Amino acid sequence: MADDKSKAAAYWKANLRLITGCLIVWALASYGCAILLRPLLAGISVGGTDLGFWFAQQGSILVFIGLIFFYAWKMNRLDKKFGLGE
Amino acid sequence: MSQFAINVLFVGGSFAIYIGIAIWAKAGSTRDFYVAGGGVHPITNGMAIGADWMSAASFISMAGIIASAGYGASTFLMGWTGGYVLLALLLAPYLRKFGKFTVPEFIGDRFYSKPARMVAVICLIVASLTYVIGQMAGAGVAFSRFLEVDATTGLIIAAIVVFFYSVLGGMKGITYTQVAQYIVLIVAYTIPAVFISLELTDNPIPPLGLFSDHSASGEPLLSKLNEVVTALGFNEYTAMVDNKLNMVLFTLSLMIGTAGLPHVIMRFFTVPKVADARWSAGWALVFIGLLYLTAPAVASMARLNLVTTIYPDMAAQVENYEDATANPIAYADRPDWIRTWEETGLITFDDKNNDGRIQLYNNAAAFSDRGWQGNELEVSNDILVLANPEIANLPGWVVGLIAAGGLAAALSTAAGLLLAISSAISHDLIKGAINPKITEKGELRAARISMSVAIVVATYLGVNPPGFAAQVVALAFGIAAASLFPALMMGIFSKRINNKGAIAGMLSGLIFTLVYIFVYKGWFFIPDTNNLADVEANWVLGISPLSIGAVGAILNFVVAYLVSSVTEEPPQEIQDLVESVRYPKGAGAAIDH
Repeated sequence: MADDKSKAAAYWKANLRLITGCLIVWALASYGCAILLRPLLAGISVGGTDLGFWFAQQGSILVFIGLIFFYAWKMNRLDKKFGLGE
Repeated sequence: MSQFAINVLFVGGSFAIYIGIAIWAKAGSTRDFYVAGGGVHPITNGMAIGADWMSAASFISMAGIIASAGYGASTFLMGWTGGYVLLALLLAPYLRKFGKFTVPEFIGDRFYSKPARMVAVICLIVASLTYVIGQMAGAGVAFSRFLEVDATTGLIIAAIVVFFYSVLGGMKGITYTQVAQYIVLIVAYTIPAVFISLELTDNPIPPLGLFSDHSASGEPLLSKLNEVVTALGFNEYTAMVDNKLNMVLFTLSLMIGTAGLPHVIMRFFTVPKVADARWSAGWALVFIGLLYLTAPAVASMARLNLVTTIYPDMAAQVENYEDATANPIAYADRPDWIRTWEETGLITFDDKNNDGRIQLYNNAAAFSDRGWQGNELEVSNDILVLANPEIANLPGWVVGLIAAGGLAAALSTAAGLLLAISSAISHDLIKGAINPKITEKGELRAARISMSVAIVVATYLGVNPPGFAAQVVALAFGIAAASLFPALMMGIFSKRINNKGAIAGMLSGLIFTLVYIFVYKGWFFIPDTNNLADVEANWVLGISPLSIGAVGAILNFVVAYLVSSVTEEPPQEIQDLVESVRYPKGAGAAIDH
């Protein structure tokens, strides 16, 4: 029982770490590259405009899709590793 | 065949399919009605979520808004997709593990409080009903344009169709019809975009065309667009916005609101396993992304097409923009699509200087020496997507397809919202509070009756719009963001938040957001009751009422935390419940209790 408990706690901790990492990428792509850091990226040109514009209208959406699949894949592995899957 | 006959054929044909599916998948039990028997594959579910999510706003309005605001409108693109990351990481798998039917049910159980459940019911109904009014109105306009009937008749046709497939079918019927609707809407959206992208950039993939070279001028499409619009005195298309704080908060409000809208969350109860809830969110975003990656391409290409239609001299490579803007087309030579849309009043022309030509520019003194007396052509943002096939001279069947697609978008979202409303009333309000002993049959009947009432109310408000369509959408997102999302998230990620904290948090987020909106938009949206004019100079710290939901959400978190930490811990069984929600192990089907 105690073993189950510590296993569950470790699983949750790993999950929280993963969520934090993913949300940092999520925020960097949208609020970072697409808005706040756009002036800094202005030098990098992409098809007639700058990288920040690309992130705002295309890049961030691609990053979001990638993040969700990455998270789902990682969590499936965590579920198996800790024996907490269905 | 006339365009009218083609439209009737496409719209009628697609509707016959939806209603056929609804009848085939008729719900037999409450479980079927609410959660489709819990047996929907993640890809199927992802498509249904896509149809549920992409409303008239995404399909009809969004590209038009981007076309006119350029970079500044990226908020919608990021906001309405980024919310799925929050859903997939913070809510969906846990709510699926919890295994109940509705969002208020989770809030009521987790915060061991009927009042909390009722507060959630109110938030849900206000958010969903305001959103559904916009959908019904949008469907009404699309019907009236394509079936050539007046707006009220269009709306009533829409209401009857929604009634049939949502009241009869329930979630199961809706899930499969929505898959069909997704396919119709995405095909309708992308076909004209592909042709236009080919025409302008020789690239058949619109999102790639957006960053390619414009064939006629040899310049990158977006540089060409910037030059063309600035030559006419408009802001550069890709220009940075000044008020970054507001843009960040607006994006955040849309993201949190997306994750907190109950009709989307409900979808995650319909998958067989917790892992499937995570995959469903990913597939949903893939299917939504197909449209959201196409929209900015449609926007910039349509803007360029519009300007070069009026100023043919700017279409190819231009040596001197001053000369190229000198010869706008004569009003008598305007293309057919301008004529058609003039009839709806969504394009208007006013020959201010009586020279018989169309001057489209941003009112500036710059051209007064030419005898121009101001911009003469007003084009509503909302027609852009619907007129797109006509602008690109595509055949009549593409126009019919767009009509079917726009209606699919509006009606599928309306059906999803109505299901969320009816289950909140029958399951949370009636079974949860008023009459817990109600039979399964009685509950199902209550769900259908409340859905019918919601349709009547939404239709009535759609016919007599209080004149606040855009504000209503902002309110729906603001409410969902400020009230439901924080309560759900804290319910999963904190064991310490108790009933008092959750209720105080939801109420303060909700009331704060509503008051801020009402101060600028009028109390309960009654015109002329606003205390301050809705202009940037009046906004607190430059935060617009559209963006305030994010601040309301933060307030909700803070209040819930503070109140919980000075009051008692939640009982042990609630802490155990939170614990169990966190691990996928042992998730059964959604529990019928």
